[in-house]
Amino acid sequence: MKTRFHFIPILAIMILFASCEKDNYPAPKSVLSGQIVYNGEPIGVEYNQVRLQLWQPGFGKLAAIDAQVAQDGSYSAMLFNGNYKMVFPKGRGPFKTLEKDATAKDTLFVKLEGNQTVDVEVMPYYMIRTPQFNGGESKVSVALKLEKIIKDVNAKDVERVTLYVNKTEFVSRSTNIATAEIPGGDIKDLNAISLTTNVPALMPTQNYVFARVGVKIKDVEDMVFSPVQKVQL
Amino acid sequence: MKKILYIPVFLMLLLSWGCNDDEFLNRPPTNILTEEQVWGDEGQVLSVLGNLYNRYYDIGSVKDWPSLSGFNEAFFSNAGSYGDFQNSGWANNSWATWDYGYIREINLFIQKCTAADKLTPAVRDRFLAEAKFLRASYYFELVKRMGGVPLILEPMTYDFSGDPTYLQHPRAKESEIYDFVIKEAEEIKASLPVNVGEKSRVTQAAALAMQVRAALYAGSIAKYGVNTPQVALSGGEVGIPANLATGYYTKALSAAKELISGKAGAYALYTKKPDLSENFASIFYDKANNPEVIFAEDFKLQSGKVHGFTISNQPRYGAEEEEGGRINPSLNLVEAFEKLDNTFAPIPTTNAAGEPIYYNEQTDIFAGRDARLAGTVMLPGTAFKGRTVDIWAGYQLANGSIISGDDRGAQKTLPGKTVPEQVVGFDGPIDGFEFTAQSGFYLRKYLDPVVGSGQRGVQSEMWFVRYRYAEVLLNAAEAAFELGQVADAAKYMNEVRARAGLVTPLTAAQITFDRIVHERRVELAFEGHYLYDMKRWRIAHLIMDGNAISAGEISKDLGKATKRNTQPWALWSYKVYAPGTANNGKWIYKPVKLSRVTGADRFQLGNYYSYIGDDIVNNNPKIVRNPNH
Repeated sequence: MKTRFHFIPILAIMILFASCEKDNYPAPKSVLSGQIVYNGEPIGVEYNQVRLQLWQPGFGKLAAIDAQVAQDGSYSAMLFNGNYKMVFPKGRGPFKTLEKDATAKDTLFVKLEGNQTVDVEVMPYYMIRTPQFNGGESKVSVALKLEKIIKDVNAKDVERVTLYVNKTEFVSRSTNIATAEIPGGDIKDLNAISLTTNVPALMPTQNYVFARVGVKIKDVEDMVFSPVQKVQL
Repeated sequence: MKKILYIPVFLMLLLSWGCNDDEFLNRPPTNILTEEQVWGDEGQVLSVLGNLYNRYYDIGSVKDWPSLSGFNEAFFSNAGSYGDFQNSGWANNSWATWDYGYIREINLFIQKCTAADKLTPAVRDRFLAEAKFLRASYYFELVKRMGGVPLILEPMTYDFSGDPTYLQHPRAKESEIYDFVIKEAEEIKASLPVNVGEKSRVTQAAALAMQVRAALYAGSIAKYGVNTPQVALSGGEVGIPANLATGYYTKALSAAKELISGKAGAYALYTKKPDLSENFASIFYDKANNPEVIFAEDFKLQSGKVHGFTISNQPRYGAEEEEGGRINPSLNLVEAFEKLDNTFAPIPTTNAAGEPIYYNEQTDIFAGRDARLAGTVMLPGTAFKGRTVDIWAGYQLANGSIISGDDRGAQKTLPGKTVPEQVVGFDGPIDGFEFTAQSGFYLRKYLDPVVGSGQRGVQSEMWFVRYRYAEVLLNAAEAAFELGQVADAAKYMNEVRARAGLVTPLTAAQITFDRIVHERRVELAFEGHYLYDMKRWRIAHLIMDGNAISAGEISKDLGKATKRNTQPWALWSYKVYAPGTANNGKWIYKPVKLSRVTGADRFQLGNYYSYIGDDIVNNNPKIVRNPNH
């Protein structure tokens, strides 16, 4: 009788160890990354506002994996290998998506086997060209050109152009310490837009700020942004 | 061993003895009721219906304090809620609901009640009308949040055939759901009682009030939907064609007129108390012969159905429990209340030269304003439950420096004195100190003045008002305005305004869209209307555009419908300490942006209609996703 009962804990331990191997998947380790680009040029957006949806069919119930687009237009997602469909939620982003054909529409098909870079080509309404930031005497100014990319029936007007300044690299509509804006109606020449704003006293003091320009396009929710620039005061 | 044999023999004897008695297995259960027992008895049916009433969906409710506020009409003085002011918006699935279990149970109720022939016809018709009201209310709630949804009016049952497609219904058009709510209200009216005293069960007036609200919502979505063409679906699941607007507004106005005429009972504005602010606050706690409340969720002390709203939000100083003060109305809202001459003006903190204005009494700065201000917001220097709230941020010295403390009622020695004394109010404001009046204000609306209501062991039996007469008047005013009948619009709106002390009537020409938006904001503040109003007028993305509010901007464009409201601001009062000067002991005020407010809200186009969960779409591929998701 005595010896027989020793089997129970041993059996239990064996079962436990056996299940460890069977139940756990390895973590996903393939990185899908890339940028939102127009003719190879990245398109700047606000952080955590534009997202790409990744769908992986074949496993029954569907739910999108969201990949947030960073300020410089880049995205990345850690995934299992497999086939993915990549698409922007309708109406998101300061651009139009490109339709390849009637069946695929604007969906990108990705076959992931290890790390992979996929740039997403889109058609922006406007591109910010040659933004020149200048700082000094508690002021930040910028001169830029706007290029209208979509000129056909889908063309949209500029609602306003805004210069945003912040203490950190994260510069957006909601996180800023100073702004200057010019309404779209007041812009005479898209090739000569300039904005200046005063920078308030910083606590703790720092002799630099970060700045970027955003363009709000009429009837488009997300704004298109220039790269973030560090400006010495 | 022989002895052991007795046990099975004994057991078998025992069993066979029990089996002989059929009655043993046929005894009625004592813990459940059968269908016949329930549907044959009026009292039992009422308790089934009571369960359905209890599951009514409100976007805001006194049972859940944060739900009543939000959208920067208030700051949450509660460390766990600071995150609401540090993010930049709302998730796509905020406010989503999809409770078809509730709908199924109402449908079952309707099916079984229709078949219940033991009830007297009049009683049965009333039960049916009530259930239909609850179902229409929930569809109304669904359409406000999700847009058009599958309209299911029968209890569906799965046949276990392995093919559930016959249970999958596509979304109805948004307009069809509104049509259903309006039609249903019209049809059940006759079966409902006319009784002004009945508040927690549905009456004819409640059905009419729902009809008015639904028709008005549909009308405004039809009219203002054109401003946001991106928020629409080609199948009409979201969005209502503009040509339907007039029809809906007409329906809203005629139903409102029916209610106002008194056909459904003698409802009127509450005007029992001479002090207009007290009078306004009383609408929400006076449960005796209240002519204004049409439909409410009722609570009762010592019955288990009580709520702790007063505990969460009472002034902290001298409170019945060591908590409170969670909802702090913002300066944004306070400044929206007009002056008594019908003009908008910021709270006057400085004169034209930028010098601070000195006040003798703390409350003087709010003098000459809409009485609803003090009825909605507990102002510094006013009292609750006989105790004056102690809200002041510190002493300001003649040289402009400030002496304040970092604990409630902290003490410090003022220059020239030897004994420490109190340098900050027992109710704050102290930046980042939870449960005190960080914004400089406490909430007054919905606070129960009954002794004990602020104790956890007692709680409050104040009701939550879902429909009240003043809203019907404002709905009528809006519908009349949109139909071009501005004289009528002015008449209805002036009734509501006169009750608040704004006795100079607005002329017909002064009624504008901005006026209507503003009137609803101040009259119905913290009652769960603000979000839906902003949504149906399609101005939410303009009011909350993601840009921070600057100091120069807070007091500008006060009467404008689309005034930016992305961050809550505070208003702090200081006592002047300058012995020997005329201003010593007087009060000055300063607008403040609290340090916990770091984000700025942005209402995205995808927030107009909530995200339909992936599980719902997976189970029913006929469901179309909402726009911008």
